[in-house]
Amino acid sequence: MSVNRDDFVETNHLAFALPPDMLSLESGRKLGPVTLAYETYGRLNDERSNAILVCHALSGDAHAAGYHQGDKDPGWWDALIGPGKAFDTDRFFVICSNVVGGCKGSTGPSSINPETGKPYALDFPFITVGDMVNAQRHLVDHLGIERLLAVVGGSMGGMQVLQWVSAYPEQLRSAIPIATALKHSPQQIAFNEVVRQSIMGDPDWRKGDYYGHGQPRNGLSVARMIGHITYMSDSSMETKFSRRLKNEGYGFSMENDFEVEGYLRYRGDSFVKRFDANSYLYITKAMDYFDLSGDSFLPGKQHVNAKFLIISFTSDWLYPSSQSMDIVRALKKRRIAATYCELKSTWGHDAFLVEVEEETRLIKNFLRSLPAAPPELHGASPGSPNHEIAVENKESRRAS
Amino acid sequence: MKRETGMEERIDHRIICGMIQEGATILDLGCGNGDLMSTLSREKHASVQGIELNDEAVQRCVEKGLTVFHGDIESGLADYPDGSFDDVILNQSLQEVKKVDFIIEESLRVGKRVIVGFPNFAHIISRSTLFFRGKTPVTHALPHSWDETPDVRFLSIRDFEDFCRSKGLRVLEEVYLGVHRTITCCPNLFARNAIYVLSRQDGA
Repeated sequence: MSVNRDDFVETNHLAFALPPDMLSLESGRKLGPVTLAYETYGRLNDERSNAILVCHALSGDAHAAGYHQGDKDPGWWDALIGPGKAFDTDRFFVICSNVVGGCKGSTGPSSINPETGKPYALDFPFITVGDMVNAQRHLVDHLGIERLLAVVGGSMGGMQVLQWVSAYPEQLRSAIPIATALKHSPQQIAFNEVVRQSIMGDPDWRKGDYYGHGQPRNGLSVARMIGHITYMSDSSMETKFSRRLKNEGYGFSMENDFEVEGYLRYRGDSFVKRFDANSYLYITKAMDYFDLSGDSFLPGKQHVNAKFLIISFTSDWLYPSSQSMDIVRALKKRRIAATYCELKSTWGHDAFLVEVEEETRLIKNFLRSLPAAPPELHGASPGSPNHEIAVENKESRRAS
Repeated sequence: MKRETGMEERIDHRIICGMIQEGATILDLGCGNGDLMSTLSREKHASVQGIELNDEAVQRCVEKGLTVFHGDIESGLADYPDGSFDDVILNQSLQEVKKVDFIIEESLRVGKRVIVGFPNFAHIISRSTLFFRGKTPVTHALPHSWDETPDVRFLSIRDFEDFCRSKGLRVLEEVYLGVHRTITCCPNLFARNAIYVLSRQDGA
């Protein structure tokens, strides 16, 4: 199945961890049954060696590419996933699933708790990035894939990539963490805390038990507005809005005067329609708990064969390049070679979603250099020196 | 991006390739487009990685399937454990770094040997340009005008020898290059480029 406009994609669901074989969570609690919503693009080859797992960010979902029937917008990373794109669906089998704790078809706080017949709300157990990855592993196993060609993701998706490498290094050939960090910094935790307080401070939140009454609109909307500010940069906001006014002259009222205000309010309002407030709380908490610094990254592993491509963006101040370089540093200390590239961009943290051209060039060439990469169907460059890497990997395998 | 030294077949790459052991682990500092790394990987089955500051050059390295760190040499060298590499290469990049002493020291920490290639500022054409025309030399080996050069260091072969002596560095091998071949006669006058293989005084 290729991803064309005329060729709609559908979300699938996998249910597992049925009691008593529930999913053990890092918190010590158990969750089950678990449903994961997922989509796939392209075709799994006979060797099952061309699968790429795409991990989404905080508010993402399983719909990464193509169009759902009736939708006018494609999936969230459609610019990079599709025929001839960075993740070329003519060559690769691309998988994307909604994280556990989410609200886009996977089990989360808004799902029905089988014990009570009502939504979990705050009875939902706390989840971590590790739990998200463990759940994804069930999906990958279910699809019959022993080893992924690549695991890729930006922001929280990048955390999942690092978690995959750390937990299941033998199950992937390469890792592409983008605009992400080995651990959440106090600044990142602080922004998330303001986000959470905004939601929880809204009386409509009702201690999480708002299902049947409607979302805590104001709180969730403000939470998303804060998020959007952190995803942009000073210069991208200048380009996008400058000080432009919505109407002529100042209104001398609390109505929105500036375009930037209108934009934030619009983004906040539309988020309320599509995202569950409790999911936002749980997932931001999972990000804050994320810490693979020190010995928790690749614990006890002397060598990892996976190849790394680490990408950051110059204007991203939420997940700055220094955090990506920390990842490289951790790998260097373990004598693992990694390619790191800081792409120029003015788009801030949003860059990983919109900086398509340079990102595509980098990822395409990186994937082409992987020893197990299937042959290219179109646009193949004769004499591309893949054998160099094949030799390099053979050497390192011998050394391990 | 790494300068072209004006030599059609990149004789410096050929010479450096001849200095590398089969299957060696190599770090190329200022690796440019990755041409040297490709040669070493292909011909010596070396396990190579590079550090490069130029955006386009980094993309070119990834195009060649090479492992590269996007950044400056100084910050890029930190955090490699001691003795991570057989050879650290500083070909046509030494003259572009500020902390020469620190870079050589760090290179000898992370590598057993350091291979340094640099343009000789005391080449006869440079000397005569300066003497007769009173102008900053622009030559095959020093191709940039004064206002465009990435170089911050201008050194001769004799300068470098003095440097090695004063820092107690052991010179394992030195090769002097003309345009198309190596030379032996009066290198500080006739060599356009020089390549040195260094180790610590106590090292092998």
